[in-house]
Amino acid sequence: MLISGWGRHTRIDADTARPATATAVRALLAARDGALLARGMCRSYGDASLAPRILDMTALDRLIAFDADSGLFECDAGLRLAELLDFCVPRGWWLPVLPGTGAVTVGGAIAADVHGKNHHHVGGFGTAVDALDLVLADGSRLRVSRDAHADLFQATLGGMGLTGVIVAARLRLVPLASPWLEQRVLPAANLDETLALLARHADASYSVAWVDLSRRGAHRARALIMLGEHADTRTSPAPHRRPLTLPVDLPTGVINRATVRAFNALYHWRGAGAATPRTVHYSQYFFPLDALGGWNRLYGRRGFVQHQCVLPFECAPRALAEMIGTLTTGSVPAPLAVLKALGPANDHPLSFPMAGLTFAVDLPMTADTQALCARLDDLVADHGGRLYLAKDASMSALNFRRGYPRWEAFQAVRERYGALTRFASLQSRRLGL
Amino acid sequence: MKHILIVGAGSAIAEACARLWSAEGAALHLVARDPARLAAMADDLALRGAARVSHGVADVARMDDAGDLVDAARAALGGLDLVLVAQGVLPNQRACERDFAQARAAFEVNTLASLAVLTRAAVLFEEQGHGALIVLGSVAGDRGRASNYVYGASKAALEVFASGLRNRLARRGVQVLLVKPGFVDTPMTAAFTKGPLWAQPADIARGILRALETRRDVVYLPAFWRAIMLVIRLLPERVFKRLTL
Ligand SMILES: Cc1cc2nc3c(=O)[nH]c(=O)nc-3n(C[C@H](O)[C@H](O)[C@H](O)COP(=O)(O)OP(=O)(O)OC[C@H]3O[C@@H](n4cnc5c(N)ncnc54)[C@H](O)[C@@H]3O)c2cc1C
Ligand SMILES: NC(=O)c1ccc[n+]([C@@H]2O[C@H](COP(=O)([O-])OP(=O)(O)OC[C@H]3O[C@@H](n4cnc5c(N)ncnc54)[C@H](OP(=O)(O)O)[C@@H]3O)[C@@H](O)[C@H]2O)c1
Repeated sequence: MLISGWGRHTRIDADTARPATATAVRALLAARDGALLARGMCRSYGDASLAPRILDMTALDRLIAFDADSGLFECDAGLRLAELLDFCVPRGWWLPVLPGTGAVTVGGAIAADVHGKNHHHVGGFGTAVDALDLVLADGSRLRVSRDAHADLFQATLGGMGLTGVIVAARLRLVPLASPWLEQRVLPAANLDETLALLARHADASYSVAWVDLSRRGAHRARALIMLGEHADTRTSPAPHRRPLTLPVDLPTGVINRATVRAFNALYHWRGAGAATPRTVHYSQYFFPLDALGGWNRLYGRRGFVQHQCVLPFECAPRALAEMIGTLTTGSVPAPLAVLKALGPANDHPLSFPMAGLTFAVDLPMTADTQALCARLDDLVADHGGRLYLAKDASMSALNFRRGYPRWEAFQAVRERYGALTRFASLQSRRLGL
Repeated sequence: MKHILIVGAGSAIAEACARLWSAEGAALHLVARDPARLAAMADDLALRGAARVSHGVADVARMDDAGDLVDAARAALGGLDLVLVAQGVLPNQRACERDFAQARAAFEVNTLASLAVLTRAAVLFEEQGHGALIVLGSVAGDRGRASNYVYGASKAALEVFASGLRNRLARRGVQVLLVKPGFVDTPMTAAFTKGPLWAQPADIARGILRALETRRDVVYLPAFWRAIMLVIRLLPERVFKRLTL
């Protein structure tokens, strides 16, 4: 079967199995040796979920247990976060860390140790994970946590599927008063103002800046800062609206400077009109892009990449100015950039977040995109930052080692559990893991 | 509360239906081959709100009369209002062309086991004067194509049988719903490359529940397949036989 990541620039023909139970996962691993990789909803952008032999985990999507007193919740790894919320929100419980789409699986969220718009307050997805069940290289099943096989637990959070197959997880949900959020939008005229506003509103529960890279001069990198707080009143959720989907590719080149500028102008205008607080449903607040399923097809057949880095706070203003300079003067149109603060790094050797600012930009795949990414990669590494493996499609092994100095500790854990030659992705091979 | 038997409960489409019925508080009896899957499903459906979930392990191809499953479900649930027949296999067409045993095996599961369950449930529903039967056919049953006519024929038989049953039971208030899904992303089709025509099991399940509620007889899911299959069925055989589809 032909598979690709969310960016759709690399397609490979993969031998795919879709086990429906953890027992079937174990049997598959016991039956054949050789390298393979678990994958979820393919929402990682680059080649992190690509391999010649794939275990598609999306049929493993059942609820296992829920304790309505403590909020402890157990489910299969293939359950999508949107479905998890469909279950727990009406019961008054909430998942404290959410990425920008509800279409990712619990396993994918663990493997990338995903972060939300509140990382600087609560940390990454791992903080909500109490324990997880892994199927190891030899087909055995092991429950790991901070107390049992802690080395494997730490390595698996952020470990991009390279330690074993996550089949189930026990999550710690938190109480929720209302499915609604109060959203405020603040305009910022340029990069300095954006950084100042993000810092000033650091105590907001959720914050993120959408940066317009289509302007030069005084308005270069103007932005809308979106702040959010959970509402405290109990209102019933709006009726489920079926999302639109884009069934076919748009012709390559539809995303060009003109349309990007138009999009930004429209967005800016709408945002400015919404300066007063608005009450929005959580799905609309956290997963705005899910309203147009298959939006990645907007980039046409050649696809796109997302370049996401984190830069330590002290170097961020200079590094960002340099990166934005490179992006706004080059030939590759940059339609969308997102900026947000991250809290301190954790004990997971390959986890992405570290104290600083994370900057993410979508770039259509053109003849110049690879070279541009390589230039940005070097810039990030020179400033002591690193790239997000869930987005990465082209980083060099050298830059990986500069950004993730604990990679050897990660490899040692993999070796201990026999994972080194058993679990591999196109990305892990490129990075020398 | 609805009392529901699902044969082939491990099917992705059937499981998606079971989740919707559970959220409505139904009582379910599940029949499938894999005990590990049945146990996992039972926990999941109970959490989602099912009033009761019981299950039985059976390989329908090995039963003398798969109709026995109807009696077992009725005993387990204390009544029966709805039967969903979902088990199915997609045989390798090429292999079936040389080896009739493989074609026969597909007919055992897709056709004969389904007819056995329908036969027994029809007697029960006819007696009690209410009930609904749902059979998963396929768009492949609308016309024989070189690439999968064995599977198609095994599904086509269900349509005529269901139509006769409907004709017989309509005056007794029993609904017989034949569902014809198009391409659905399930374990059965795991090896296929997915394109824009593909639907998710949850979409099909919502369509099935809607068709049940509106007392439909035959339904294509997603609905656009109705138009596609109309064109395909209207092609004269003289033209059709020369096409590669
Ligand atoms: C619109 C959009 C917005 C996003 N926003 C954010 C964001 O705000 N924050 C953020 O952190 N990320 C974000 N992401 C990235 C996304 O959250 C991650 O890439 C996530 O890992 C995708 O999960 P998935 O289920 O699709 O996994 P896949 O993309 O299929 O796989 C990702 C990795 O997880 C591994 N994996 C998946 N399932 C398992 C399993 N069961 N066992 C072992 N390994 C497994 C794979 O091997 C692979 O290495 C966003 C992505 C999109 C498309
Ligand atoms: N997917 C499609 O594109 C599509 C299109 C049109 C129609 N359909 C029909 O829809 C129905 C559901 O299929 P699906 O797509 O949901 O695929 P699926 O998930 O593969 O379901 C098929 C189910 O049938 C069960 N089964 C097969 N042989 C059996 C036997 N001898 N005894 C008991 N159970 C048996 C399988 O059990 P095991 O798990 O134990 O093998 C499996 O759970 C099938 O009738 C199929 O023909 C599917």
